[in-house]
Amino acid sequence: MIGIVGYGSYIPWRRIRIEEIAKVWKQDAEVLKRGLLIKEKTVPAKDEDSVTIAFEASKNALKRAQINPEDIGAVYIGSESKPYAVKPSSSIIADALGISPIVHTADYEFACKAGSESVFVSYSLVKAGLVKFALGVGSDTSQGAPRDALEYTASAGGAAFIMGSENIIAEVIETFSYTTDTPDFWRRDGQFYPNHTGPFTGEPAYFTHIINSAKGLMEKAGVSPKEITYAVFHQPNGRFPLRVGKRLGFTKEQLEPGWIVPEVGNTYSGCSLLGFTAVLDIAKEGDIILLTSFGSGAGSDSFLFRITKRLEEVRGNAPTLKDMLNRKHYVDYATYAYLRGKILMGKEG
Amino acid sequence: MFTIPRIWREKKQRYRLEGSKCKKCSYTSFPPRKVCPKCGSEELEIIKLPETGKILTYTIVRNAPIGFTEFAPYAVGVIELEDGTRMLAQIVDSNFEDIDIGKKVKLVFRKLFSEGEAGVIIYGHKCKLI
Amino acid sequence: MREVAVVGIGITKFGALWDKSLRDLAIEASLEAINDSGVDHIDSMYVGNFSAGTLIEQEHIAPLVADYLGQNPIPATRIENACASGASALKMGFIEVASGMSDVVMVLGVEKMTDVTTPQAVYSLSLAADREYEGYQGITFPALFALVAKRHMFEFGTTRKQLSLVAVKNHKNASKNPKAQFHNIITTEDVEKSPMIADPLHLFDCSPITDGAAAVVLMPLEKAKKLNNHKIIKIAGIGQASDTIAIYQRESFVSFNATIKAAESAYKMADKRPEDIDVAEVHDCFTIAEICTIEDLGFFEKGRGGEAIENGLTDIDGKIPVNPSGGLKGKGHPVGATGVAQIVNLVEQLRGEAGENQVKDPKIALAHNLGGSGSTVVVTILEVA
Repeated sequence: MIGIVGYGSYIPWRRIRIEEIAKVWKQDAEVLKRGLLIKEKTVPAKDEDSVTIAFEASKNALKRAQINPEDIGAVYIGSESKPYAVKPSSSIIADALGISPIVHTADYEFACKAGSESVFVSYSLVKAGLVKFALGVGSDTSQGAPRDALEYTASAGGAAFIMGSENIIAEVIETFSYTTDTPDFWRRDGQFYPNHTGPFTGEPAYFTHIINSAKGLMEKAGVSPKEITYAVFHQPNGRFPLRVGKRLGFTKEQLEPGWIVPEVGNTYSGCSLLGFTAVLDIAKEGDIILLTSFGSGAGSDSFLFRITKRLEEVRGNAPTLKDMLNRKHYVDYATYAYLRGKILMGKEG
Repeated sequence: MFTIPRIWREKKQRYRLEGSKCKKCSYTSFPPRKVCPKCGSEELEIIKLPETGKILTYTIVRNAPIGFTEFAPYAVGVIELEDGTRMLAQIVDSNFEDIDIGKKVKLVFRKLFSEGEAGVIIYGHKCKLI
Repeated sequence: MREVAVVGIGITKFGALWDKSLRDLAIEASLEAINDSGVDHIDSMYVGNFSAGTLIEQEHIAPLVADYLGQNPIPATRIENACASGASALKMGFIEVASGMSDVVMVLGVEKMTDVTTPQAVYSLSLAADREYEGYQGITFPALFALVAKRHMFEFGTTRKQLSLVAVKNHKNASKNPKAQFHNIITTEDVEKSPMIADPLHLFDCSPITDGAAAVVLMPLEKAKKLNNHKIIKIAGIGQASDTIAIYQRESFVSFNATIKAAESAYKMADKRPEDIDVAEVHDCFTIAEICTIEDLGFFEKGRGGEAIENGLTDIDGKIPVNPSGGLKGKGHPVGATGVAQIVNLVEQLRGEAGENQVKDPKIALAHNLGGSGSTVVVTILEVA
């Protein structure tokens, strides 16, 4: 049996409401909230970045895994908002967590799918018997351009998973990936904000890849939606995951626990993974969980998990996503713009 | 001003919260020392510090020094960790009016500073109210 | 050990002195002291200076000063102990005379702080704290003393007003000191309405950034008597102590152990007790520092310093006049010069030459010079011989 030994989530303390952003651009907040099905999103502090978020999530994962960090043989981190264009985040995490120096690490990028990739590679390495434990993390503090639709959704957060072959809390039953070259959303090197293609990001990108990946997984594993307890999809806004879930044959009850975007926003590489941690925060022994990520460019990774009884034993060792959702602090647009580096400061600023 | 070798050399303290404990009198210190300041013994062992503690005193820095202006204003305090070890740490993600002497805190991993947009980023531990 | 007398004093105006370089300030104070002493030569000199390297990009300033004073080849040494550099240099000069090694030693304290911008000066000052473990958490000097103030208020109920009264008193005294940086009278309201720097310390709780120099000439007491030009003032006692570099590793946050220990040494050497002191110049780098210090020196019980100030006990006509010169707050704080400036001001008091700030007939004076957040303290006791 190979699977998750420990999981951890992290979101920042600060939030901004949709109304605050809409006010500045003189857009209709109620229309936006109804259209996006998002109320507010997380905002990172000036001293947070995708590395600090990855560390906190990984720390929580270690608390649940209860293993010696030195036994982790690989660390992979996926992000599209790495603090350095050249210099790995994974080496910082590996050193800071006490995993270094006998470890293999790498940074992954695949838009919002980079986190699930890290998990996929971690799982594969353990399955191949090359390492005892491997840590896969998805973490982002992505930017949305001012006045752009993405400004309402791009937020910060991360999730970490330690994969192993003993003391499993969620067994990996099957995986299935679906990838094509589809330029729905991208950011060129040196550019501060990303570009996206509006409606093209829907059917040809998000829906095609998620549906093909999820269907492919269910076929390969020989399961139908009815036999799955919960399904978690990538959540760029509140509507897409509900729509794709319905198209795949899932009910609202199956989608609800993993549907966290209304209060968190889209945490990019952390997104579907954070939704998955919200499910792990409440899942019971025997539950079957489908997780399908989506990364623009484009691709989807699907996983099928079965929960073991150990989950309930270790779950309480670290805070749940709900614990973090309950501790929050609202900021106004000016503070948000400052924190996100959107204000042109002077030399001594 | 912030030189790389020195920052790299102090990694274990900043990243892994390594301190030292005197084998003779049990006095714990952060950063680790080679000589116990209490009893003078040279027999000290490296320990991993606890991650929770309480505030002994604090202030709010409104005029920040060079390199820290982007975070101002910020609270900073003397923290006494569960095992008695003392450290100085910024108190983040907490409303200023909620901070007080005696309140409980836990350590968190954050950016300490970076030398401008192109410089290296230094990470370490600060704390927040729990 | 021979007894040592202060035979000559000199001090420049303190302030933002755009026209004067470090050399200019050093020479001005030194010449004034040498001329005041009436000696015809000096054997050796010590220069107290904190950070000429970061402030004017010049190290090795002792021979530089000796050179420009026309005093090469006498031995010249720079002493650095943060803000206690001045008194630390004094101690070295004292030892050289007391030991019999030299007969005439000049001690100069000098600092040139305004050639750099204020943030750069603040950065230089911060180097006196623990760089890795305090500096990297974004600490500043006002913040370090604010930590002390918060705790002092918590443990003893010291009030915001009591802190303000220290600044008010020192400005009042400075207004009558022609060499002081500030001559304006301020009220407690002025202090409390000034910008907050690090809670609870406002701008007016903090000593300023200053240029200045001060110098004294030391001789053995017996030979001083032959000079016959001033009242003979001797250094009756001098004590020094160290404490942890970082404030977070101190035993107490309301007391400076180095002050207590240095004072103990000085009192013992001079065979005096706190109640014998007639006038004191203490290190009020921040208002809270004066409150803690008058307690740590034994003038008042621990925790009662604020009360004492509020009741006027440290005014010029009070039980123990503290900082009649205006202190660091009113006079200015050219870091390396301060410790020596305190001696100059006290010698003026003991000679009866302190002008409008003259304390009534003092015989015994105490100078308290503190470095960093209290990691070095030097206490000097002067007595009319």
